[in-house]
This record gives sequence, structure tokens and C-alpha cells, in this order.
Amino acid sequence: MTKTDNKALFRDTGAEEGPRAPRESRLREFWRLLRRNRLAFSGLAIFVFFFFVAFSGLVLTSGTRPVFDPAIVRLQEKLRPPLSEPNLANLLPKEIPTLGVYLFGTDDLGRDVFARMLQGAWVSLTVGFVAVGIAVLIGIGMGGISGYFGRNPVRVDHILLAFIVSLGGGLLIGGAFFAGGVLLLIGSTYILFSLWRKKWSGKQSAQKLLRLLHKDTISIDTLIMRIVDIMLCFPVFFLILTVVALLPASMYNIMIVIGLTSWMGTTRFVRAELLSLREQDFVTAAKALGVSDWRIIFRHMIPNAMAPVLVSATIGIASAILIEAGLSFLGFGVPPPHATWGNILSDGKRFIFDAPWLTFIPGFAILIVVLAFNLFGEGLRDILNPKLRERY
Amino acid sequence: MNEKSLAMKQINPAHTAMLKVEGLKKYFPVRKGFLQGVIGWIKAVDSVAFEIYQGKTLGLVGESGCGKSTIGRLILKLLEPDEGRIIYQGQDISGLSEEKIKPLRKEMQIIFQDPYGSLNPRMTAGQSIEEGLRTVGVKGRSERKAQVAHLLEMVRIGADAAGLYPHQFSGGQRQRIGIARALSVNPSLIICDEPVSALDVSIQSQIINLLKELQNTLGVSYLFISHDLNVVGYLSDTVAVMYLGHIMEYAPAEALYDKPLHPYTLALLSAIPAPEPDDRHQLPALVGDVPSPFNPPPGCKFQGRCPLVEDRCRKGEIKIYQVGDGHTVRCWKVVGK
Repeated sequence: MTKTDNKALFRDTGAEEGPRAPRESRLREFWRLLRRNRLAFSGLAIFVFFFFVAFSGLVLTSGTRPVFDPAIVRLQEKLRPPLSEPNLANLLPKEIPTLGVYLFGTDDLGRDVFARMLQGAWVSLTVGFVAVGIAVLIGIGMGGISGYFGRNPVRVDHILLAFIVSLGGGLLIGGAFFAGGVLLLIGSTYILFSLWRKKWSGKQSAQKLLRLLHKDTISIDTLIMRIVDIMLCFPVFFLILTVVALLPASMYNIMIVIGLTSWMGTTRFVRAELLSLREQDFVTAAKALGVSDWRIIFRHMIPNAMAPVLVSATIGIASAILIEAGLSFLGFGVPPPHATWGNILSDGKRFIFDAPWLTFIPGFAILIVVLAFNLFGEGLRDILNPKLRERY
Repeated sequence: MNEKSLAMKQINPAHTAMLKVEGLKKYFPVRKGFLQGVIGWIKAVDSVAFEIYQGKTLGLVGESGCGKSTIGRLILKLLEPDEGRIIYQGQDISGLSEEKIKPLRKEMQIIFQDPYGSLNPRMTAGQSIEEGLRTVGVKGRSERKAQVAHLLEMVRIGADAAGLYPHQFSGGQRQRIGIARALSVNPSLIICDEPVSALDVSIQSQIINLLKELQNTLGVSYLFISHDLNVVGYLSDTVAVMYLGHIMEYAPAEALYDKPLHPYTLALLSAIPAPEPDDRHQLPALVGDVPSPFNPPPGCKFQGRCPLVEDRCRKGEIKIYQVGDGHTVRCWKVVGK
């Protein structure tokens, strides 16, 4: 075979390439697929409704003269069933329920369960969103470092430095100001020394101590993933219980603790996405063009990695709501008199045969909302799965 | 050194290599276990040397996994070579730090095999091309827009395509956008990493002719990586045949196709479907796959599949023999000793 033989094979046919694919924007395609998936769509509808209820709950139950006051105690009207009329003769004017009827009945102190449910909806919503927000931020950070910079090694001095600084910080918070301050000072001096060395002396130092300190141990990726494995080993609910028992009870502590114990899934997702995206040709092309690392991460990689994060966040909200309800049920949650669905349920369990609505109404609310979030999350996973949509 | 070679290039461009690669090596560690300890090495690229001239094309052929693409990434400095020198316009770029390589990035660009993965699905064609214009410092939105339109015209797509997303294009069109993105920084060398392997034959010819045309008008050089000897033969001035990290035969295209010497080259050429049914193949087709590059036996890398293998092939490193003008072969049999 000679070279000239080949020429005939590559004569330009001159034919135009096929027509372009239909122009449908991503958002429209998403909406069309969502409409087709009935369960996910109803999940979204409940999700939106819950949002609306929680926001109106916040507005209507807070302030000095709320429209629905969840805190009014009417001992003469206790354990009234749902939809029962108030006995106007026994009540002061400000004690009369706004709707003129106990929509969800009253509890053992005569408080309006409807007002308490409204107040609790806001707690569930914020706990769900803030906890998942914290978890997603940590997850994207850790997963991003692990996925993009994961191959860089951790050196002996990094480990020592982290140990010294965290010990110093711990001592400082614990009250040992002198020891803590000294350790922090040592740590920051070493950081400045390393920066100075990197900046001003280009040559590798041959000192024995420095060489020992600069010995590579494991990669950043291995370190972060082992931390994730360790965190996953703890039974999370009991970890949260222990931490909450030690901390002063408040809504913010609960959100933070739930957030700090549920970032592992997101970390794994983001890492996995970035690992596969890093090998994608368009990322290689961006590197070859000389695009900066940060622009590659935030312009090219993270937008393409958001789909699984969104899915896990949606399902994470459901589990955060569930954890908060469980904590409130056990009495470790948001402190009374603030109502949450969990503590309404917990208060009502003593009267489950006399006043079943006290357990069933918050129970159903939790069930419906968690189910809606899970259905929507599952639907989102199907819709965002590129294998199920037309190839882009 | 740099100025001298640049001056030489201006006097006699045809005789100074624009890119010269010497003794290039890249070994990948194989890791295992809880703490990811290294248990061995894969010699993806092993003592590779070649030259690319201004406005010329070097074809790099070989089966999957023989290290062709790794060479492309080493030249682009997307991977760091373990040994060897990459000399671009007289300057050794193999050891340069990230900051020092940045200004050289725009000199060398890459075109990929998979037209689906080579464009960011969340960016329009125009935005993808603009990324390159941004890095070379084209200021002003309208200026960039105009250049994007010009580049799209150059690859025969039409400027109105700038606002469309990758999923709205066909494979061939996406490949053209990839070429336009590579051209956006006005490079002097483009590494074509199997640019037509994923396309239909009719589209292949369009892309190949486009590449040829761009070479004629812009004077760019190509490192054309492919497993298709037909395509390589049509485009290349020089051809290097690779097997498991080694260059087995390196020759001007005419010489390689007319007088192939290495048993592996012969096997590859005889595997091309012949237009004439009467053409008899000189060698039986190769059987089996490329063996794993992990812990290969000593001696010739091709020993496991070579029809002419002898005892001597299994001992020691096989030398490279010069057999003609710019024609080298890594096989002792060609000199008959």
C-alpha cells in the first residue's frame, strides 16, 4: 500500500452535515421531564405548599400580638377535638381562637394545636435548610479539595501544625490562655516561616530536621476520605444526642450539629463528580488554554457537578427534619415553650387514647413533608441523570 | 540559546525543529491498599524521541494504550515527564514551573477524540471559544465576539452558532468548534488526539480536509495521534509507530508506507483492509490485545506477539537502528545481525 492510494479515500464529499438538534433550553426540558414524573411533581407541589405554610407560620405566630398565638393557655378548654367550637362563655376576648374554631383541636394545656403546628413548620423548615446548607457547604469544600487537589501530599509538618493549632485553640477556649496562646504563637510563626521560605529562598534546604518535616505522608484525598469514613462509622443520631446534651439547648445549636454530622454524603458526591470531571476533555482543554485553577473549578467543574449535590441536599432536608423531630420528641430539641412538630408529638403521646389528634396531626405532617422531599429528590435524580435524557 | 535558535529558525525554518523531544519518559505508579502504597510502575512512555517542523505534521500511530495520548499531554505540560527533554523553539520546557509555562500555553493546543466530552455542556460554543481569547488578553466584549465569529467562519460553521449549546450540534460540528477553540489563541502546534476516530467516514474526510487547509493557510504544525494508518498516511509528513511506550519505527511517511521494516509496522499495514481483494497480506494478522504495560518482561516490548520472535529478543534492551534518511527502527532483525 502506498501513500497515494489513500488520497482517494479522503475526497471531500462536500455534503452538509445533518440538521441541528431541536433547540430546547435546559430549564424547559427539566420542566417537561418533571411534569411527566407525577410523583416528583406532587412532591414538588407539597414542597412549595410547605414553604408557603412555614413562611406564613412565621409571620402569623410571631411578634407581640400574633394572629395565631401558640402560647395562650386555656386550661378550661384542654383536649378539645379538632373542629370543635370554643366555649365563648369561659374565654377572655384575647383567648378566642382567630378562626373561631379549634381547627386541629387543643392540647393538654388548652393551647391551639393549629397555631403550634404553624410555629413548628417554620422550625422544621429552617432546621432542614440551614442544617443542609451547612452540610452542603462543608461537603462542596471538602469534596472540592479532595477531588481537585487530592493528589497533593500531606507533609509531616502539616499534620504537626494542625495538631498544634487545634490544641492551642482548644486550650484557649477551655480557659488555659497562656498555654493556648503559646501554642498558637508557635503555629503562626511556623506558617510565616514556611511562607517566607517559599517566597524568598528558592533552593531546597538540606537540613535534616526540615527534610524530616517535609516528608510526604498520605495524599490529601486519602486523608479527607478517611475522615469521611470515620465520621460515617458513628451512629449519627447518638452522636447528635451526646453533643446536644452537652450544649445549651437552642434551635441554632441543633441546626449546626445536624449540619456538622451530615456532610459526608455530599463530600463523596462532589469528590466523585470532580474526579470524573477532572479527566474530561473540556477541563483538559481549559488547562491547555491557560485558564486559571479557580476559573476551571467554578466556571467549568462545579456547575457540572451540581446535579447530584442538589439531589442529596433535597433528600438531606428530609432526614434533617426527621432528626430534629426525633430530638424534639426525646426532649433534646428546641426548648419549650417554642413548638416544634417533634415536641407536639412528644407532649401528645401521653394522651394518645384520649386525644389521638395530638400525635396523629404532627405525625402525619412529618410523614407528608419527609415523603414529599424524598419523592422530589428521587424524581430530581431521575430527571438530572444524563442517561435518561437525550444525549447533549 | 533561545535567541540563537529563533534566529536560526528565521534564516532556515525548514531545518530547525520547532519541537524536539528527547528521551521522554513517563512512568505511572500503581497504588494499592489502605494507605495507597506504590506496588509498581506502568511505563506509559519510555525513551521517546522525535521532532516536529514548522508547518509539518508528525503522525503518531499505535494501538489503544500504547502511550500516544500520554505523549500529547506531556508536550502540553498537562503531565510532568519523569525524564527527558521537551525543547520548544530551542527552550527546554520540561522542567518549567506552572507560572513560567503560562505564557507558552498558547503556543500549543489540543483537539480531542470525543466530540461529546470536549466541550463544556454548560457553556455555549461562543463562550467556550472566548475562554481562549480571554487568556490571551483580548479585551472588550465586542472585540471577542467579532473574533469568535471570525473563528467560527474559519472552521465553516457560521457565526450564528456562537449562541448555541454543545448538545445542539452534531459530532462533526462539535469537532469544528473544538478546532476553533484551539485556534483562538493562535497556536503554532496543535496536538490532534484522534480527532476523527469518533466520526463517520464522510465527516472524517471533511474534518481532515479542514485540518489540511488550516495548515496551508496558518502554517501550524500538527502532532497527529491516531490508530488509523490511512488517515495518518494522508496527513503526515513523518510517521512514528508506537507500541507499549516505545517508538518502534520512525520514518518519513513515504518511506514508512513503501518500505515498512519493523514487524509491528508490517502487521499494522497488513491489517488495513485492502481495496483490491487479490492483495495478499505479507504477515498474518496480529492476534490478542496489547499486553498490560505493568511489569513487562525484559527485551523487546513486542516479543509476545511478534511472528519473528527469537531468543535474542528476550534479552536486554533492543537498540534503535538507523536504516535510511531519517528512518529508524527498534528491531535488530532489520540489520540482520
